Amino acid sequence: MSVELDVFVGNTTIMDQEVYQLWLSGYTVGDAVKVRMDGGVLDGCDASAEVLRSDTMDQFRTFQMCERLLHNPAKLANQLLFQIPPDRQAMLIDRYYAFDDAFVREVLGKKLSKGTKKDLDDVSSKTGILLKSCRRQFDNFKRVFKVVEELKGPLVENIRQHLLLSDRLARDYAAIVFFANHRFETGKKKLQYLTFQDFAFCAGELISHWTVGAMDNQLEDMDVDLDKEFLQDLKELKVLITDKDLLDQHKSLVCTALRSKTKVFAEMEASFKNLSRGLINIAAKLTNTKDVRDLFIDLVEKFIEPCRSDRWVTIDVNLYLTHYINSAHILDTFKHQAVWNSLWDELFKMLTDIQHVTVCFLVKMGMVASGASAAAEGTRATAASSEEPVPVHPTQFTTSISFSFRDMLNVGCRAWPHSGSQAC
Amino acid sequence: MPGKLKAKIVAGRHLPVMDRASDLTDAFVEVKFGNTTFKTDVFPKSLNPQWNSEWFKFEVDDEDLQDEPLQITVLDHDTYSANDAIGKVYIDIDPLLSSEAATVISGWFPIYDTIHGIRGEINVLVKVDLFNDLNRFRQSSCGVRFFCTTSIPLCYRAVVVHGFVEELVVNEDPEYQWIDRIRTPRASNEARQRLISLMSGELQRKIGLKVLEMGGNAVVGYLQCFDLEGESGLVVRAIGTACTLEKLSGGGATNNAQHTANSSPSKDMKESPKACMSGCRSSHSSPVHGAASRLAQSFSVSYPTLLFSGTQGSNRPRPSLRARGASAAQSLASAARQCRPVFGDECPSNPLSSGPSTPLRAPPFTSFSPSKSYSRQSSSSDTDISLTPKTVLFPARLCLYLSPSSPALSSVAPPISCQTSRPPGSGMAPRSTTPPPSHVAQSEVSMLRKSVSFSEDMLLAASGMGSGGSAGKEAGPLKILLRQQTQTALEQREFPFFTLTSFPQGFLLHVAGVVSARSVKLLDRIHNPDEPETRDAWWEELRQEIKSHARALGCHAVVGYSESTSICEEVCILSASGTAAVLNCRFLQDGCLDVLSEHRCDDSAPPGCGFCHVPYDELNMPFPAQLSPCCCCHRTKVPDVLFTTIDLPTDAQVTGKGCLIQARLCRLKKKSQGEGNATCISNLLPFLEYELHTQLLNKLKLCGMNALFGLCIQISVGENMLVGLASATGVYLSALPSPGGIQIAGKTPNDLTYDQHVSSIQRKINDTIVKNRELYEIHITEVAEDVIGSPIPEPRQRSRLFRSHSESSDELSELDLSHGKKDAFVLEIDDTDAVEDLHSLLTDAPTPPGFYSCNTEIMPGIYNWTSAIQMFTSVRVFRLNNANLTNLGLNKIFNELCENLLKSLYFKLRSMVPCCLCRLNFTVAVPEDELIQVAVTAVAMSFHKDQTQEANKAAQAHSQMKAIAETEEQLQFPLELNAESASPLSPKGSGPQDGSNSHGRAPSVDYSSFADRCSSWIEQLRLRAHTIRRGSIKTSSSPLPEGRSRSLRSTRSFPGSSVSVVKMTPLSFIPGAKIVKYLGIINMFFIRETTSLREEGGVSGFLHAFIAEVFAMVRAHVAALGGNAVVSYSMKECVFMENPNKNQAQCLINVSGDAVIFTRESDQEGHLPQTSHPQPTEDTPP
Repeated sequence: MSVELDVFVGNTTIMDQEVYQLWLSGYTVGDAVKVRMDGGVLDGCDASAEVLRSDTMDQFRTFQMCERLLHNPAKLANQLLFQIPPDRQAMLIDRYYAFDDAFVREVLGKKLSKGTKKDLDDVSSKTGILLKSCRRQFDNFKRVFKVVEELKGPLVENIRQHLLLSDRLARDYAAIVFFANHRFETGKKKLQYLTFQDFAFCAGELISHWTVGAMDNQLEDMDVDLDKEFLQDLKELKVLITDKDLLDQHKSLVCTALRSKTKVFAEMEASFKNLSRGLINIAAKLTNTKDVRDLFIDLVEKFIEPCRSDRWVTIDVNLYLTHYINSAHILDTFKHQAVWNSLWDELFKMLTDIQHVTVCFLVKMGMVASGASAAAEGTRATAASSEEPVPVHPTQFTTSISFSFRDMLNVGCRAWPHSGSQAC
Repeated sequence: MPGKLKAKIVAGRHLPVMDRASDLTDAFVEVKFGNTTFKTDVFPKSLNPQWNSEWFKFEVDDEDLQDEPLQITVLDHDTYSANDAIGKVYIDIDPLLSSEAATVISGWFPIYDTIHGIRGEINVLVKVDLFNDLNRFRQSSCGVRFFCTTSIPLCYRAVVVHGFVEELVVNEDPEYQWIDRIRTPRASNEARQRLISLMSGELQRKIGLKVLEMGGNAVVGYLQCFDLEGESGLVVRAIGTACTLEKLSGGGATNNAQHTANSSPSKDMKESPKACMSGCRSSHSSPVHGAASRLAQSFSVSYPTLLFSGTQGSNRPRPSLRARGASAAQSLASAARQCRPVFGDECPSNPLSSGPSTPLRAPPFTSFSPSKSYSRQSSSSDTDISLTPKTVLFPARLCLYLSPSSPALSSVAPPISCQTSRPPGSGMAPRSTTPPPSHVAQSEVSMLRKSVSFSEDMLLAASGMGSGGSAGKEAGPLKILLRQQTQTALEQREFPFFTLTSFPQGFLLHVAGVVSARSVKLLDRIHNPDEPETRDAWWEELRQEIKSHARALGCHAVVGYSESTSICEEVCILSASGTAAVLNCRFLQDGCLDVLSEHRCDDSAPPGCGFCHVPYDELNMPFPAQLSPCCCCHRTKVPDVLFTTIDLPTDAQVTGKGCLIQARLCRLKKKSQGEGNATCISNLLPFLEYELHTQLLNKLKLCGMNALFGLCIQISVGENMLVGLASATGVYLSALPSPGGIQIAGKTPNDLTYDQHVSSIQRKINDTIVKNRELYEIHITEVAEDVIGSPIPEPRQRSRLFRSHSESSDELSELDLSHGKKDAFVLEIDDTDAVEDLHSLLTDAPTPPGFYSCNTEIMPGIYNWTSAIQMFTSVRVFRLNNANLTNLGLNKIFNELCENLLKSLYFKLRSMVPCCLCRLNFTVAVPEDELIQVAVTAVAMSFHKDQTQEANKAAQAHSQMKAIAETEEQLQFPLELNAESASPLSPKGSGPQDGSNSHGRAPSVDYSSFADRCSSWIEQLRLRAHTIRRGSIKTSSSPLPEGRSRSLRSTRSFPGSSVSVVKMTPLSFIPGAKIVKYLGIINMFFIRETTSLREEGGVSGFLHAFIAEVFAMVRAHVAALGGNAVVSYSMKECVFMENPNKNQAQCLINVSGDAVIFTRESDQEGHLPQTSHPQPTEDTPP
């Protein structure tokens, strides 16, 4: 005696959010039933495990049938097969496209190819996320990537419109697509302490400042690709380190500005040339795809680590970078070279981002500014590097420093990673 | 006469990829009607083609229009090989043929393929230009409306109820034709779908013709069924009730369903005159309207004034009829002839009709002179004369009464002057031993059979009843034709049956009980599809039988009538059942035509209990039954138990709430072939029915209730078993005596332990009864001395607990034993079967808290529904692995299966608590040797927990409800339809406007003239919309000004716009909403087949997808008609076959319902204070 067939179909499709979550997490029906039982869903109902199993099966089947539609969320809205109220549809889509930070951290910057997909079982065992769920998330990345790949216009907006995702998810997906497109290296040990949200922030910065779309706001823009011209122009910055005079002038300007403003002035003065060289070199190499990939690791190695070893705190870095840029402007006026105008814009652009990144990074390292908030931030940052960090939102810092980097203030900073583990 | 059918293919979307290389499709469309085919251009390389074709015009006969569906096939163009079919859409254009229904079909239809399911959607526009057909010899019946609803549709009024119509069409099943061996499964399925579509079209047309002949304009309670007889063919049959309906304009529309239970007399008073006025205006002549208005007043639904043309005669008793015999027929006919001019004349200017109707026009009817009207009426009486003698013979309290208790059953005596060819036999025992001799084994078993002989004349009289015979519009002036028609009408009207299950107040006088008949037939090939006599004859027999049963119960009519079949191999069980009833228009007899005054309850029969009164007098009871004085009026006798197949009358006084009661039974049977098999089945049937009945009765008592409504007994036959499932809604009718407890006793009273055992069971049972009474809020104050708990019930309240499983001769003796002794109760605990039986009785799980369930439309005691409804279908198939099961084990399994299914439903719907599962419709089938299939369709409706009793509280609840309704509204896509009603800003202020608008507008809009303008407008809009919203979902705001919305509903089909919500419910109403328009009947048949069962998720996955697809297609068709809901939805057939070894499965589903437009009441209630106020609950009987 066995139930051969058992279906339940409602005119309005019945979906339990909890079961949906279990399904998304890749549970089998049996496991899901167990989880639900433990969750006490049967409390107060006169129902047996059999009933629960039948209910779970039904819903899993429904989700499976919906999955096809969820692959193209625009279809879900005007398909006829399931009658689902709009708020439910939004829920279905958002949950389906939601991903685990732990998972995305593993895949971020990797090519979304079959090869990567094959490695998902490793990712699964590493993160503890069920393989089925990993596959779904990976396929989502790939799908979004494919959808927006050829589209013109702002990346986030494209994702939001074509996949009907919420703003937050759309931004995250933009970051994923951006990273996947440029294959930024994020897996190195030194970058491990950074969370996906940190990178997502960086991606946001880069998208808004470094891409073609950022350069001119025509409809024809492409948000995914970095602006080649800009990268080319960055080469000109080399003059800052190759021209001895300029380097000295720059240094003296920065030092004058910083004197007595920071405790680590001596170190700053000493390492100015090194740091400047590091930064400019990174900038100058960006025309090379390989070096673009290594952007983050380079940044950490060439700039953030030296800073850290000098025991700078966030405010110091912020000060330093701000004046570094400002002084360059002054250099510009000294030289009266027309070309500088644009060059400094480039520098400004690049460094602003780098500053954000650095500041973030430092926060994560626990090297926060002394002061009232320092202790609190410090502890949090310490905790952050060991487990899933809730990155301290660096906006606080930027605002508190009240520098003239207006746009910096507007954007708010996030972390760019660097060798975190050592720091703590 | 020809009509012009026009179709336009607009666009497609979500098409499947047909070309692997490009991942695209080159789609084009073939539009076919009859033998004409048009093609669109190929729209290359797109999954969302925009054909925007010209209008394809088909000039066809309206006969074809009725029979044929419009066939739309989407194909993928292939240059080198044959074009691949993507899928098809069949559009039934019948709704367009009636001027009152839909005017244009426009919307997205799922493209359906029998192998792949839904594959994308196509946007189609269809219109019909119909020329008026005045040819009286025509074969078409355009304009006759069909309703699945088994009550008078909510925005209509019945002017005349003509009576029973039936028809059947047979054909060869394409699946069994020789060609099927060489064609693809797809071709075969499509041939079948098309054939059935054709056949049901033809059937409707033929029934429509009959209706026209009778002078009606609609069929209510239309029930269409398919019998897949396999080799022997395909039968499509339908029954229904012919009526002349009249659209309620004005006031009627604002009234809402009875279920909101707001039938305060004052309100009725206020509105009914309006309804009457409209009735008069439409000139249905004859004084009868006076009565109509009165009926309307007393009936809280929607003034479905039911006019019974013939009943007038009843105020003039004609005892002579009985004696006169055959002459009665003549008098009938002549009476009919006489009345013809009156009834037949449509034109108000006709002196004849305008004369009598004049007084009616005076608003309050006070000027109406009763005497005058009466004389008039009697002269015009035709068909329903039978009512008269009846009522007179059995002095006025003749009523339905269903076999009240099981003892009654045993009293079945051989029918003496049986009309049918039923094999002689008395009771069940003889029948089981003497199988019918003929190759057509027959065994009709009725629940109640009385051995009453009746005289010919009575029969005649009865057969005339309900036939209306009144001529319709067309026939009016043609007297000769008329006479002929009347005669044929009378001849045809041999069955005073009504498929309706709920009636206007006052129409249903008495209810006597369930009558049913079954017969077992051997199928043989239908040789000539054009002459389906055999099938016709079979049903004829059965109906005769039913009729004779009804007569035996002293009733002249059968209401809530339905027919069904169960087929296994070449054996077929035909079943018919209904409720014997006495119908009357009491108001027409008693002469108090001025009952427009508030308290219409005339003293002879208080409205709440009248229908329960026993129709026969005590000395002359058709079977032993316990009668007691009516608990309401204490004047007349009522039975102790009442079983019916109808819905609970709205005015019935009920204590507490109701609940679903099911009796479930399996019986093993030997596998055999042909005649032997048929004999075997017919031998088993009586026992099965008997035990089902016993179980029902016991369970009813266990619930502490005394009446069953909506009783539906299904018996399904399989190769090695018979499965019986009886479902009904139990209620406690205040008028009936309180049910006694169930008494248990052992046969061996000496044994001490045994006594203990017995008494413990007794205690358990008593506890359960007490608990159930609590649960269903049955508080009976006056029965203080009641038996519950007391070890020795008073004799009268005792009932028997029959042992149900033994087939031993023992049982027969028991039967005999009970025959004479009504009070005997048998407690055979030492019979293991009985123990088991008891056990199962007690293990029926009560519904979980917050849930109620019933299989009728109305749940007594629940009034304040919210607008949250959820219709669902659930199917389970059980495999019995154990080959050597006993009856007992089988029963247990079956019982569990049903219980578990219910439990699952409660669990699934737990978020809707407090809620009630209404119209729980179970269907059992035995598709294979060891499989049992149970399918359930029902609707869950949530309600507000607090049944507020005071007005102010009610108002509170009301506003709450409104709020909920509104939020719901917001959650859903604002339909264009709602645009006019949804003015959430100031519901109160805009209320009156809306109200008047909707009255004014709905009827006044000339749809057809709009059509062209609309569509061009639509196209413009669509273009614009297309450019505006690129890829974004917009769920709100139709671009249309709100006033025009209805006629422009097709705007919904904008690409990118969201899909409209279509509600579905098996009920005839939608809580908190009013139905403003019926758009036509939905009657669809689908086949789905797969050859990759595993890949589609196994049988469950396959069926799940298919049912979802069926829902989707129903919704799409409704939306395309401009509707936003399907009412009276039902799944008539769900045949599932699998072959897991071959990885194949096939399923056939037939669904039907009425497409409607409803509007929410929330925006109107501001000025309609009574609407949906909860009525004070009737917890205490008067």
